[in-house]
Amino acid sequence: MTAAIRSEFRKFLSTRMWWILALGMFAYLAFIGLVMAFSFAQASSMSQQDLADAAESGTVLPLGVDAAKMAYSVTSPLGYVFPLIIGSLLFTNEFRHKTITPTLLVEPRRTLLVAAKLIVAAIFGLAIGLLATLGTVAGAAPILSLLGDGAYLGSGAVWELLGWSVVVMAIWTVLGVSIGGLLTNQVAAIIVIIGFTQFIEPIARVVASAVDWLEGIGAYLPGAAADAVLGTSFFGAMGEGDMLPRWAGALVLGIYIAVFAVGSRLITLRRDIG
Amino acid sequence: MAAPAAVTVDRLSKHFGQVKAVDDLSFAVRPGAVTGFLGPNGAGKTTTLRMLLGLMRPTSGRALIGDQSYTELRHPAQTVGATLEASSFHPGRSGLDHLRIYAPQVGVPDSRCHELLELVGLAEAKKRRVGGYSMGMRQRLALAYAMLGDPSVVILDEPANGLDPQGIVWLRQLLRAFADEGKTVLVSSHVLSEVQSTVDDVVIVAKGRLVHESSLAGLRDLTETTTEIVTPTPDRLRDLAQRRQWNIEDTQGALRIHGVDEATIGAAAFADGIELHRLADVGVGLEEVFLRLTGEPTQEVTA
Ligand SMILES: Nc1ncnc2c1ncn2[C@@H]1O[C@H](COP(=O)(O)OP(=O)(O)OP(=O)(O)O)[C@@H](O)[C@H]1O
Ligand SMILES: [Mg+2]
Repeated sequence: MTAAIRSEFRKFLSTRMWWILALGMFAYLAFIGLVMAFSFAQASSMSQQDLADAAESGTVLPLGVDAAKMAYSVTSPLGYVFPLIIGSLLFTNEFRHKTITPTLLVEPRRTLLVAAKLIVAAIFGLAIGLLATLGTVAGAAPILSLLGDGAYLGSGAVWELLGWSVVVMAIWTVLGVSIGGLLTNQVAAIIVIIGFTQFIEPIARVVASAVDWLEGIGAYLPGAAADAVLGTSFFGAMGEGDMLPRWAGALVLGIYIAVFAVGSRLITLRRDIG
Repeated sequence: MAAPAAVTVDRLSKHFGQVKAVDDLSFAVRPGAVTGFLGPNGAGKTTTLRMLLGLMRPTSGRALIGDQSYTELRHPAQTVGATLEASSFHPGRSGLDHLRIYAPQVGVPDSRCHELLELVGLAEAKKRRVGGYSMGMRQRLALAYAMLGDPSVVILDEPANGLDPQGIVWLRQLLRAFADEGKTVLVSSHVLSEVQSTVDDVVIVAKGRLVHESSLAGLRDLTETTTEIVTPTPDRLRDLAQRRQWNIEDTQGALRIHGVDEATIGAAAFADGIELHRLADVGVGLEEVFLRLTGEPTQEVTA
């Protein structure tokens, strides 16, 4: 097993697609963090009258540490497409470039292959999560401290949030691998991931929160479950249904991963290779 | 190195829908020899090798390395080294990285990767991206991959494709050295001439079925000597042939005698004082035998 994990690490590190994506993710999240911080900083300079007006129209603008936490919480809700795609590459690269053949020649035990990829994705995902969270903070903190109520980087609550943000991004990376294992066509996997994260899930969450009998279901969507693990819902704060407790959110994501991973093993890797 | 294991293919079949890619195929490969696995395009060679290597599930029958299937081997990469057609590389990886990613699982140190790249003549190019490698360089890299675990069974699918003449000579010597070490070597090809000077045994398939299995000498026995003669006095030569009971045939401007070599005919003509302008062996060569075996509707011939 350790040999399989070492091989998977080497496979990942010896390609460059992932770090191009990781750089893109960092830049994107830094930009988003900056924009968020900027809009919250605006709120902190509003007059009491303006704030009251905003509240009356349904928008509660966060202040102080809440503003900082909200700005820092965008990493997963807005950036989760990146770890999903990066994770999926771990599997789809093998099929796109047919390296699945030499891979299975050195280690014919296919279950072991899936397990090694999941483990490597978890470890690697922590690094990706760290980079992503760093990106958000790098964009948001300077603006918050210069124009807003402060960056609150000394706050325990902020650090807790940042820690969970890293964990959630690692979970997305693992989910990405298991999706790649099921959808082995690289282009198809990327299209499905982008389509799901950018269109289907946001719409589904709005619909689920608006339609009565769908109310409970929205919380089980992956993005909502990730919010539960994160402990704060960026979209939820803008008026959405109740979140699951953290453990349940993690369990829901774990079930998604398990289903896709088992699917990879039983569907993709049962097929003939060649 | 594990004890040399031979390869056994036992009533193996693989159907893709209506296509019988491999059809009730049986043959055995012995250690210490180079066996050529031959057949025209689409004969089912790659499919057979994929089943042997545990990548495809047979429709029926089995293929064994020693007495186990590939997936049952305890140390597959140290027992069998294989490359398959359309050798698969990530174009963004360097040649060295392509070997390094498998080294932990094969159970060899990185130094072995450097050694092998040296051996296959890629030492200079090892840091370059495989995407920029020529076909021949890829073949060499694939070969290095197959050799990583110093396996006792070497299975190569079309290894000579894309190699330059020096490369082919080098490959021959390498395969010969493997066999001399007692390894089992199975090489596929769709042209006999490519492996003719390398192989000891041949297994020939066509349309998924075995058409011939023997030593190379056994295949040679199927060839036939045909001698072409040009003489200003063809009647005298026909006369001679009749007396000797040779099978003679007229072709445009020349005579052909089947089954008798040049020396015998030359000596007889000389004894009779027959003037010859041409005396040449134009016999059905190995290649023609191969074409005949694989071209006709399948019929099993085992010498
Ligand atoms: N995955 C597959 N799905 C469907 N048909 C296949 C598949 N793989 C091979 N075939 C068919 O099986 C037959 C044998 O193919 P195979 O690749 O084994 O031949 P080959 O002897 O290796 O030929 P070549 O010399 O061209 O490499 C062909 O008719 C091919 O089209
Ligand atoms: Mg082939």
